Amino acid sequence: MTFLGLGDRLWLWEASACYAIAFLLGTAAVVRDRRHSRLLVYAIVAAGFLLQTLGLYLRGRAVKGCPIGNMFEIFQFTAWSAISLYLVVGATFRLSLLGYFTSCLSAVLTVVSLATPSWDAARRINAFGGTGWIELHAALALFSYGVFALLALASAMYLLQTYSLKHRHLHGLFSFLPSILDLEHISVRLLLVGVVLMTWSLGVGSVHWLEDLASVDRAKLFVTLGVWLAYCLALVLRLRRRLVSQRLAWAGVLLFVAALISLPLVDASRHPMASPASPPAHRK
Amino acid sequence: MSAAALFLLGASHHTAPLELREKLALAGDKLDALRGELRSLGGLTEFTVLNTCNRVEVYGVATRTETVDRVQAALCTLNQLDAAAFARIRLELHDQPAVQHLLEVAAGIDSQMVGETEILGQVKEAYAAAQAQGTTGPVLNRVFQKTFQAAKHVRTHTAIGEGQISVASVAVDLALKIFGDLRRCRLLVVGAGEIGEKTARAFKSREIGELAVTSRNYQHAEALARDLGAPAVPFDRLAESLPSFDIAVCSTAAPEAIVTPAMAALVMRRRAVRPLFFIDLAMPRNIDAGVADLPSVFLYNLDDLAKISEENRALRQVEIERVRGLLAEKAGALWRQVELRMGSDQPAA
Repeated sequence: MTFLGLGDRLWLWEASACYAIAFLLGTAAVVRDRRHSRLLVYAIVAAGFLLQTLGLYLRGRAVKGCPIGNMFEIFQFTAWSAISLYLVVGATFRLSLLGYFTSCLSAVLTVVSLATPSWDAARRINAFGGTGWIELHAALALFSYGVFALLALASAMYLLQTYSLKHRHLHGLFSFLPSILDLEHISVRLLLVGVVLMTWSLGVGSVHWLEDLASVDRAKLFVTLGVWLAYCLALVLRLRRRLVSQRLAWAGVLLFVAALISLPLVDASRHPMASPASPPAHRK
Repeated sequence: MSAAALFLLGASHHTAPLELREKLALAGDKLDALRGELRSLGGLTEFTVLNTCNRVEVYGVATRTETVDRVQAALCTLNQLDAAAFARIRLELHDQPAVQHLLEVAAGIDSQMVGETEILGQVKEAYAAAQAQGTTGPVLNRVFQKTFQAAKHVRTHTAIGEGQISVASVAVDLALKIFGDLRRCRLLVVGAGEIGEKTARAFKSREIGELAVTSRNYQHAEALARDLGAPAVPFDRLAESLPSFDIAVCSTAAPEAIVTPAMAALVMRRRAVRPLFFIDLAMPRNIDAGVADLPSVFLYNLDDLAKISEENRALRQVEIERVRGLLAEKAGALWRQVELRMGSDQPAA
C-alpha cells in the first residue's frame, strides 16, 4: 500500500526525521541557554505525528488490521501513542520541555525500530485470532504504554528539577524545566489515564481468554498482569498519599523501563510468525 | 550648525558620582521648570527629558550649534551647578552615537543593574510626557518608537533579562520553580525585620495566594502584618502553623535554629504531597542545614541566594556585548532613516 508513490516505511522515516529535528532544535536551544520556541517544536512534532499516522494507516490497510503485529509495529505504535498524548497534554498544560523529551523518546523508538530490519522481517499469523475485540485489547494495551512513556518522561523531569533545586544547578537545561508541582499533577493524571486504559484493555482481553483458556500464553498473562498490578498499586498508593514526590517519580521511570523490557516477552508469546511478512512486500 | 542635528546631553551613574547625581536630579518642580526653560530656547525644535535616579539626559534636535550649550546652561542654572563641575561629568553625544545610547539605555544594558526592566518604563514615561507637551516631532517620535521596538526585541531574543538579580526576586523565582503558580501558595514570614519584609513584598507583588507574619515579638509581627495586609500568628504556634504554609521566609535574630530537622520532618508528615520551601535570610541561620536532607524540602540561605544573584548578574554581563552588537545594527539602520527625515524636514535657508 502506497501514498503518493511512497510506502509505509518511508512515511515513517519522515515522521522520525521530524521527531529528530524537534529534538535537535531543543538541544541546540538548551546548549545555547536559550528558550526554544514551544510553538515551533509543537508544530514539528505535530507534522511528524501526521506523517506517522499516515505510515501506520498504510501499514494497517496492508495488513487489514491494527499495525501491532511485530516488534517494529509495536515500537512505532507506542511512539505514536506517546506523541498523540503529548499533542493533547502539551497544548493543555503548556509544560516546557515536555515536547523536547517526547520528541527525543519518539525519535529513539521509531529510528531504532526502522533501523532494525529483523523486527519487521516477519509478522504474526492471525495475530488477533480473527476477532476485533482482541485487536482492540492489543491497541488499548499499547496506547496505555504510550501514556506510561509520557509518565516516565514527566517523572524524569520531576527528578531532574528536584536535583537541580536541591543541588543549586539552576542554569542550562534545568532553567527550562516546569515546576515540581505541575509535574506532580500531570504525573498523577497520566498514571490514572494509563491504568484506566490498561484495565479496559485487560477487561476486553479477559472476555476472550475466559472463553478459551488455552489461547493465551501463561508467560504473557503473568507479565501483563504484573505490569498492570504494579501500575495499579502505584496509583492506589499515590491516592492514599503513600507514594508521593520523588518516590512516585522513581516508580514512574522504573515501571516504564520494566514494561518496555517485558514487551519482547509479551510479543514472543503471541501467535507464531509468518515469514516473509506481508507488509514488507509493500516496502519502498 | 547648518542642518538639524540630534543630540544627547546629560550625566549618568557612569559619569557622575552619587553626590553630583543628587545635585543634578530633577526632583519636585524642577523637571517642569527645565521643560519650560527648554521650550523657550531658540534652535531647539524637539526635546525629551529622561530623569531617573541614575541619570538626567536631554535628547533634542538642534538647528544651531550653540543650542546644546544653552541646554547645558539651563540645566546647570536650575541645579545651581557650576559649568566646570558639569563639564567633568557631562555625557554629550550626537547623531548615530546618541541613537545607540538611547537604545542601550532602553534595553537596560546601560543600567546599574544590567538587564533591569524598569528603565524601559521610565523611557516610555519620559517620551509620553514630552509628547503630551508637544515637544517631540518627527525625529524624536521616530527615534523613540523604534527604540521601544528594539528594546523589546533584545529582551525577547537575548538572555539580557534572564534570571533575577535581587535576593528577594531570586527567592520568588525559586518558589515559581517549585510551585508554578504562586496564587495557590501560602507564605509565612518569620521575623519582622527589613529583609523579611522586602522578600514578603516581592512575593506579594507576584500575587502570592495568602500571607501571614509571625515574630518573637508579637507587636512587631502585628505591625508588619498590618503593613502587608496579612494576619499575625503567635510565634509559639510556629510548629503547628507551619504545615499549612508552602513557603517560610525566616529572618529572626534568634541565636540558634528555630526550625530543626525533627520539627521539619513532623511538618512534612502532615503536609503529605506538597513540597515545602524554606528561605533562611537570618544570620546566624534560623534553619538547621539538616532540614535540606528531607525529601520535598528545599532550603536556601542568604549565601545561596546571593550566589545565584551573582551568577545571574555574570550571565547578563556576558550578554552585554551581544546586545550591544544587535543594537548597533539597529542604531545604524534607524540613523539612516532619521538622517533622511531631518534632511527632508530642513527648512529652506
